[in-house]
Amino acid sequence: MSWLTPQVIDILYAMFQAIVILLAAVLLGAVMTVVERRLLGLWQDRYGPNRVGPFGSLQLIADMIKIFFKEDWIPPFADRKLFMLAPAIAMASLLLSFMIIPITPGWGIADLNIGLLFFFAMAGINVYAVLFGGWASGNKYALLGAMRASAQTLSYEVFMGLALMGVVGITGSFNMREIVQAQEGLWFIVPQFFGFCTFLIAGIAVTHRHPFDQPEAEQELADGYHIEFSSMKFGMFFIGEYVGMVLVSALIVTLFFGGWQGPWLPPIVWFALKTAFFLMLFVLLRASLPRPRYDRVMSFGWKVCLPLTLINLLVTSAVILLDAPG
Amino acid sequence: MELAFYLGGLVAVIATLGVITGTNAVHSLLNLIVSLIAVAIVFFALGAPFAGALEIIVYAGAIMVLFVFVVMILNLGQGAVEQERLWLQARTWILPAILSLVLLGTLLVTLSAGDGGRMISGDMLTAKAVGRTLFGPWLLVVELAAMLLLAGLVTASHVGRLPRDRRDDKKGGN
Repeated sequence: MSWLTPQVIDILYAMFQAIVILLAAVLLGAVMTVVERRLLGLWQDRYGPNRVGPFGSLQLIADMIKIFFKEDWIPPFADRKLFMLAPAIAMASLLLSFMIIPITPGWGIADLNIGLLFFFAMAGINVYAVLFGGWASGNKYALLGAMRASAQTLSYEVFMGLALMGVVGITGSFNMREIVQAQEGLWFIVPQFFGFCTFLIAGIAVTHRHPFDQPEAEQELADGYHIEFSSMKFGMFFIGEYVGMVLVSALIVTLFFGGWQGPWLPPIVWFALKTAFFLMLFVLLRASLPRPRYDRVMSFGWKVCLPLTLINLLVTSAVILLDAPG
Repeated sequence: MELAFYLGGLVAVIATLGVITGTNAVHSLLNLIVSLIAVAIVFFALGAPFAGALEIIVYAGAIMVLFVFVVMILNLGQGAVEQERLWLQARTWILPAILSLVLLGTLLVTLSAGDGGRMISGDMLTAKAVGRTLFGPWLLVVELAAMLLLAGLVTASHVGRLPRDRRDDKKGGN
């Protein structure tokens, strides 16, 4: 057993953590598809899927069997390479972002110096999934959806970054662990309330969740950018959306709600509870809000959210400078 | 780190060749995105993760999206691919190839004169160090760049505004 040095054990343990977090993220995304439908049913006074297994608990397995065995069809007019690449980007860029999230003091994959920027980079690359998917389909509805999605994501990513700069300024670091540790006494939701509001809105918009799902609006676009995708390719877009939801919830918890911190319960439970709360919030938003018109969404982003984040950043920096010693 | 540097550089070169020789505009843009990400990896390997992250966020994540966006709106079909293929004849390669060879020669001479090994494993540059440099000695340049961007913004909003008569139409239509 000479090769089992402490270094090798460390590496194996890190790999084990990475695989567990990866599987947990994907599984949570898959489970959320069913949980969301049940919750929507509850909030909209209907049953939702309750036929498969006790209380519909096996619905997920039924869905998976169905989606795996469907014909994986590529339209003859599609651009094959990009058509196959797009779902992979959708899934991979979001999954990679889980790398920077510190789950508990001992758990987390990468402790990057530039942590938060890595998430922005991945969110930036995620746009291409929709763009290429929509273009490669060779379908005008898909193209329209892709254009809406890219314009919307670009607009909302601008202030998504700015909304978090207040947090970064107070902590003095992009590192996620340091951000969590800086919230020891006071969660950032209090001093950065407007940052939180705008980040929540931007997070919903970037994952194309309702009420910002104009890119895939069924009524006008017949499903938008993934209209031509079938079987697991559609499945990857579909699960990718829920993985994005889990990611944004986990980020909100880490950045504004003290991450794993909390009294009595172990850190992992606190992290899971807080994340679950925001996942529920995502579903509740979908259950309760109508879908606004596309141009309203764009002008809301540029005319309300962007100025708000700029003012928030200005005030935060002024307070930091006033507080600074010397 | 050296391995990452050379691999990133290799991918960047190959992807950039793909950009130039590609006939399909969207595929060329995809190659360009890959090339930019490879350059970001080179930055990471050089110990400048901040620059690497910004490279992906600004170039790959924002500017290239606009490029792809415009190319998609143009709706280029098979005709554009044929035209591009016609343009990519050996005759058109001569002058650019000579110019690039001159640049390559200069680069190789400079590299062989300097100590390349020392540059790859440099110190890690933090975001704080970058910020202090930008807003310290280079403050004037940063401010000038900001003014240039503001001018661009004002120009864009002036060019993009609706004419007076059409603006009234739109208000009525809402």
